[in-house]
Amino acid sequence: MRYEAPSSLEQAVGLLAAATGDARVLAGGTDLLVQMRTDILNPELVVDIKHIPELREVKEEAGGFRIGAAVTGAELKEHPRLKSVWPGIVEAANLIGSTQIQGRATMGGNLCNGSPAADSVPALIAAGAKASVVGSHGRREIAVEDVMLAPRKLALAKGEIIASFLLPAKVKGSADAYLRFIPRTEMDIAVVGCGIALTVDANGTVSRARVALGAVAARPLLVEEAARALIGSKLEDAALNKLDAAAGAACRPIDDKRGTKEYRIKVAGVLARRAAAIAYERARKA
Amino acid sequence: MAKHHITATVNGDPVEFLCEPQETLLDALRDQLHLTGTKEGCSTGDCGACSVTVDDRLVCSCLMLGVEADGKSISTIEGMAQGDELHPLQQKFLEHAALQCGICTPGFLVAAKALLDKKPDPTETEVRYWLAGNLCRCTGYDKIVRAVLDAAAELRGA
Repeated sequence: MRYEAPSSLEQAVGLLAAATGDARVLAGGTDLLVQMRTDILNPELVVDIKHIPELREVKEEAGGFRIGAAVTGAELKEHPRLKSVWPGIVEAANLIGSTQIQGRATMGGNLCNGSPAADSVPALIAAGAKASVVGSHGRREIAVEDVMLAPRKLALAKGEIIASFLLPAKVKGSADAYLRFIPRTEMDIAVVGCGIALTVDANGTVSRARVALGAVAARPLLVEEAARALIGSKLEDAALNKLDAAAGAACRPIDDKRGTKEYRIKVAGVLARRAAAIAYERARKA
Repeated sequence: MAKHHITATVNGDPVEFLCEPQETLLDALRDQLHLTGTKEGCSTGDCGACSVTVDDRLVCSCLMLGVEADGKSISTIEGMAQGDELHPLQQKFLEHAALQCGICTPGFLVAAKALLDKKPDPTETEVRYWLAGNLCRCTGYDKIVRAVLDAAAELRGA
């Protein structure tokens, strides 16, 4: 294995594009090193992207934020303003693993690891985040919900790297929330995760909403039907019942040791109700 | 395969070592620098036995490459006692019998010190969440949590 730590995106892209064997990007390494250790991956080249400035910064840009793909969970938590504007994203990123994992794990890695249960991904999708992708042919922006195609399969070409995530400008009366269910209170993988971002008008009516679910299908889902259930409502019981039903209907889960299909479908609806209530309360104060 | 020449600071001292590109920081600490206080438990980031700090950030040394340590400042369990004088956390672990077999203990101590350096007066809940990534199969955790809270009080001069 060859290890490279380039200081620019151009160099990193060049190294990855020129690789003849399996080449991997190293951000926090909390998934990659485990997969190397257990012989799931045996890369010929590892490109450490942590020496590239854009990837390690959180910047306020165009009224929103640009978050470097290699910023750690611990750094997101310590950012002075991010949590007040996008509490759901920070909560979701901070649910990944232990304190030790938080010291290294990144949202870029969480997405590019290609797990349907990645905690930060539904929160990013709900927020309307875009991934800023850099490759040999330049830079493009893609919606986060379009990045992962299936487990371990991404819509990225050879040599392409996610450099940063763009969070849209803050709109008055907007907030987000992320909840996940696991069988214990720490250190487990989501049975279901739900991210919701919404905007309320002066009367307390929801004017915009995005609802995303994780761990209930082969990829994280943006559930438009669930968002429609919230828009125009003040989260009355009828709207929450519609949200619950739409979230459950979108699920295409597997049975595994963490939960059956039926259980995941049920929990998706419950988490959607609860996440909507939290986002709504936050939005009314935002 | 070419080895990398790494220059870092470990427990305040400058160190240099050679390591293979795929070698973990844990293996480099134990095999190249002969600092065997840092333990190998699961090697997958679940147990916390290999906890160290890198530039004051708590990490699992099994989930970091040795080559990534170049230019970094690393603290391990070997840097905790000052000569023969135990750190208050170490003393309180003894007083509270917060260890039995001891394999998890260096990781717990390093993790607990990282918490108290950041937050001198944590609640019991904060201690338990902070240490959720450190596994102990002997003590049932309660004595560890008490030892950490007691050490925190002593360090604050309470």
